[in-house]
Amino acid sequence: MVGHSPPPFFKRGPAPLAKLVFFLVLSLALLVSDLNLRYLEAFRKGLSVLSYPLQMAAATPADFVRNASNYFASLVRLQIENKDLKNKQLQGGERLLRLDQLEQENRRLRALLEARERQPVKSVVAEIMYSAKDPFSRKVILDKGTQAGIEAGQAVVDDLGVIGQITRVFPMQSELTLLTDRDQAIPVMIVRNGLRAVLFGAGNGLMELRYLAANADVQAGDKVVTSGLDGVFLAGLPVATVAKVERDQARTFAGIPCLPAAGVEQYGQVLVLGHREALPSRPPEPEVINKGKGRRARAARD
Amino acid sequence: MQPTHRSRRILLPVKMWFVFTTLFIALFLNYIPTGHLPAVPDFVALVLAFWCVREPVKIGIGAGFVFGLLTDVGVGAALGQHAFAYVLLAYAANELSRRVLWFTPVEQALHVLPLLFMSQVLMVLVRLLAGAEFPGWWMFFGSFVAAVLWIPLHYVLLLPQYQPVERDENRPI
Repeated sequence: MVGHSPPPFFKRGPAPLAKLVFFLVLSLALLVSDLNLRYLEAFRKGLSVLSYPLQMAAATPADFVRNASNYFASLVRLQIENKDLKNKQLQGGERLLRLDQLEQENRRLRALLEARERQPVKSVVAEIMYSAKDPFSRKVILDKGTQAGIEAGQAVVDDLGVIGQITRVFPMQSELTLLTDRDQAIPVMIVRNGLRAVLFGAGNGLMELRYLAANADVQAGDKVVTSGLDGVFLAGLPVATVAKVERDQARTFAGIPCLPAAGVEQYGQVLVLGHREALPSRPPEPEVINKGKGRRARAARD
Repeated sequence: MQPTHRSRRILLPVKMWFVFTTLFIALFLNYIPTGHLPAVPDFVALVLAFWCVREPVKIGIGAGFVFGLLTDVGVGAALGQHAFAYVLLAYAANELSRRVLWFTPVEQALHVLPLLFMSQVLMVLVRLLAGAEFPGWWMFFGSFVAAVLWIPLHYVLLLPQYQPVERDENRPI
């Protein structure tokens, strides 16, 4: 096709092939810098000024469908739900009553031990509007954004446990990456023995404990909670349950698929937790003693 | 087989504002949050391919790149993913336009189907290379739906060009 195009009668800019190569290289450069280096958040924000009104308009039919289905939800279902909730509240009530007293006791004990107090975090209730359209990732859109004080990096939980982390914020919306996304990782520990590990999304609605030795002390049914080592998630939030443990002698690490504890793939109300206070900084590396020849030693002498 | 000279039918020249309006409407349709519903066609790719085939001098690679970026931002995909696919789609559609316009709408749809399919395959390849999960085979069904939509689209998008400025019973336009 290239060799047989007719001679150009009319001037129309650079040759199509040159244009093609230029734009291909440009879009490939964008792809690499977005996927690997993540440099382009500012550029994306700039473009989203253009696309945002359209996006909001396009979300309206989805909102309408959601509201309509809520409106027509049958009375019976609501009654059942109401009964369930009452039951749950009764069950939780007794524990809540003890919680106040336990918190007081905990604070006193921590003061006695001179340990850092667990700070209370501010949280925002948000609702999952719809799942993002990109079929390659597991992300959902929440109905609160920067105007409600949400920032990228915040942890999101529902009533059963952690469901994910805020990855992008817009003025009125925010994008939540679910724990089951392939790119999402969360530092955890196993409740039974305190074993630390990292939990990765497996992509198929499951999660996976990676980099644990084949003989690690993990059993099917073990509860997995956040370890709080990342400084983002609070410690002790339920994350998953170990589904099974595959120990293969041929491989170094055990294959441990886990089931999410929270309703990761469900819709509804969620709680966006505020940022934790930063962890104390790491202790400095021990300095190499260099026999009084260093700058500091000289300064001390002068 | 003798060509039917369908492409020689005298039409009014296209108005650029109409082209861009339809592209923005397609963008709007792409933004509708259908979640992971199977077989949702890529409207921007379809309308872009249509205008690239119809008006290869006026619409091409540049428009593909810009609307690709806008789709990326709105859909939450990797920046440049749709742009990459649309640039190639626009180029191929431009090159094909001299041939495709001789055929009936159904045959045109058959020509465009491989292009739309190719753009989807490209996007999947790019994202898989970057380590994303495979979204499932149903997603490719979208380009078949889009190819079927080509036939009504052919009449809808050309409608303004079929409207003569003044009515004249003796003129075959």
